[in-house]
Amino acid sequence: MAETTTPSPRRSAPATARPERSSRSLPTRRSRIRYWTIVGVLSALAAGFGFGLLTWDNPMPVGSDGFWRIAEMRSTNLVVIAVVAICQSIATVSFQTVTGNRIITPSIMGFEALYVAVQTAGVYFIGVAGVVALQGLPQFMLQTAVMIGFAMVLYGWLLSGRYANLQVMLLIGIVIGGGLASVSTFMQRLLTPSEFDVLAARLFGNIANADASYLPVAIPLCLVAAGLLLVSSRRLDIVALGRDASTSLGMNHRKETIRVLFLVSILMAVSTALVGPMTFLGFLVATLAYQFADTHDHRYVLPLSALTCFVVLSGAYFVMRNIFYAQGVVSIIIELVGGVVFLFVILRKGRL
Amino acid sequence: MITLTGVRKDYNSDVVIGPVDLTIPEGGVTALVGPNGAGKSTLLTMAGRLLGLDSGTIEIAGYDVTRTDSKDLAKIVSILRQENHFITRLTVRQLVAFGRFPHSKGRLTTTDEEVVSQAIDFLGLSDLEDRYLDQLSGGQRQRAYVAMVLSQDTEYILLDEPLNNLDMRHSVQMMQHLRRAAEELERTIVIVLHDINFAGHYADRICAVKDGAVVEFGTASEILTDEVLTRVFDTPVTVIEGPNGPLAVYY
Repeated sequence: MAETTTPSPRRSAPATARPERSSRSLPTRRSRIRYWTIVGVLSALAAGFGFGLLTWDNPMPVGSDGFWRIAEMRSTNLVVIAVVAICQSIATVSFQTVTGNRIITPSIMGFEALYVAVQTAGVYFIGVAGVVALQGLPQFMLQTAVMIGFAMVLYGWLLSGRYANLQVMLLIGIVIGGGLASVSTFMQRLLTPSEFDVLAARLFGNIANADASYLPVAIPLCLVAAGLLLVSSRRLDIVALGRDASTSLGMNHRKETIRVLFLVSILMAVSTALVGPMTFLGFLVATLAYQFADTHDHRYVLPLSALTCFVVLSGAYFVMRNIFYAQGVVSIIIELVGGVVFLFVILRKGRL
Repeated sequence: MITLTGVRKDYNSDVVIGPVDLTIPEGGVTALVGPNGAGKSTLLTMAGRLLGLDSGTIEIAGYDVTRTDSKDLAKIVSILRQENHFITRLTVRQLVAFGRFPHSKGRLTTTDEEVVSQAIDFLGLSDLEDRYLDQLSGGQRQRAYVAMVLSQDTEYILLDEPLNNLDMRHSVQMMQHLRRAAEELERTIVIVLHDINFAGHYADRICAVKDGAVVEFGTASEILTDEVLTRVFDTPVTVIEGPNGPLAVYY
């Protein structure tokens, strides 16, 4: 391709030297190369961590029956990581788009506070048995349904009234989340130390929390919701312009917003019910994905964010499992390392 | 033709816009002028379906704006608000290309690209088309927004104070661009203006709004008189003959 990066006056350039004036999302050859290089590097990292998780420290000789059996058991974790990665990343990017705000995550809407409250209430009222009582496929489905229902009531009520306003909705979401969190804290104060210990293990984002029996429900929900959001990438691009501009372009902004928020609530509910709170993860990967992709186009940003999220999550899990021997508690390392990486990227580039 | 019939918007018991009956004919530039809080922007945003009406109807080219599908309206009328702030980082060309969404649903064809190029050239942004919006001056950015509205290729264009924050030179250029768009591209442009002299010089028709009602509607020469302007703006105005037509002096 003969496109040049030098700012040559395009009128005087011969027609063949500048093939076309195009409005592509990755306008220059350089930006395309950059994007696909990053995709390549991230894919390699994802494959590396995935492979590492399956084979590292596998006591059986490579290729033997036992080796494959262990790898197969570990592959459940990998699937969980993939599901959570897709849920968190796609949900956060879409949520940021419809709310027109790049520094929030859907978890502030009370999903995680609700999860924590349900778990705490279980232990508070039933004791340690409560944690067990909250495990199992029906309970998982119920918890997911409660979270989606909660979100839909909130969105539906706040976005369809006369004073429908996204900012008000966010504020009320935060207030409800805060309220639920303090109720949980209150109940936690009254627990016995041993009960609290059991509970605390459920309240860190933990890959090992996930039960393989949840996956037959979690995977389809995640794939359908994420798929629908991916398919509506072009509409998300318009929604990102804000209510007025998107309405002028013929978009039913409120309907589209509620539709996206519904899909976001499915993704967040699945992820939270599966592994617990991951407050910072979505925000981190959404920001990184925007830095990496360097385009507004959701067709490029969404897949890249999911890939980034998989790398971050599997990397954190690999480190926790094989270096610190603290199986599964990934949210700690994500918040630590992720925070540093995040600050580094932002300070170096100087913008969100 | 834009027809407002009994249009009303109640903000609270004290602030009521309307009922307004107004017919804006096709073609040319129509300026909405009036004091702050008179309801100019409210009327414009209601016509652009960004704000619901409490009663009455607004028809643009025979389509009722509250009933017609937003998708179809987007091919007839486009509206640009005063404040535009996008969270996404876009180049000028990408922004202007969004104007094609009602036609292409985001899948740009060669024709769409041509229309985008024309809109960019029309507003003299060719050399800036690969720049990001945050690298532009206020005046250039405003032109980019107008280019986006032009590339939407609608017969009716509604602009809410496009001269806001523009200096003299950029204001004049913007009005010249809009005049050309009305004449060469045969668009019907309705524009909210603050400066009565800009309205007097560049608009074909002026609609004076005061206290939520249309008090005057006519050609520039009909509106630019001492008596009318003093009444509309509640401030003494003298109209003198300037080198390029009448000038309102109010200071």
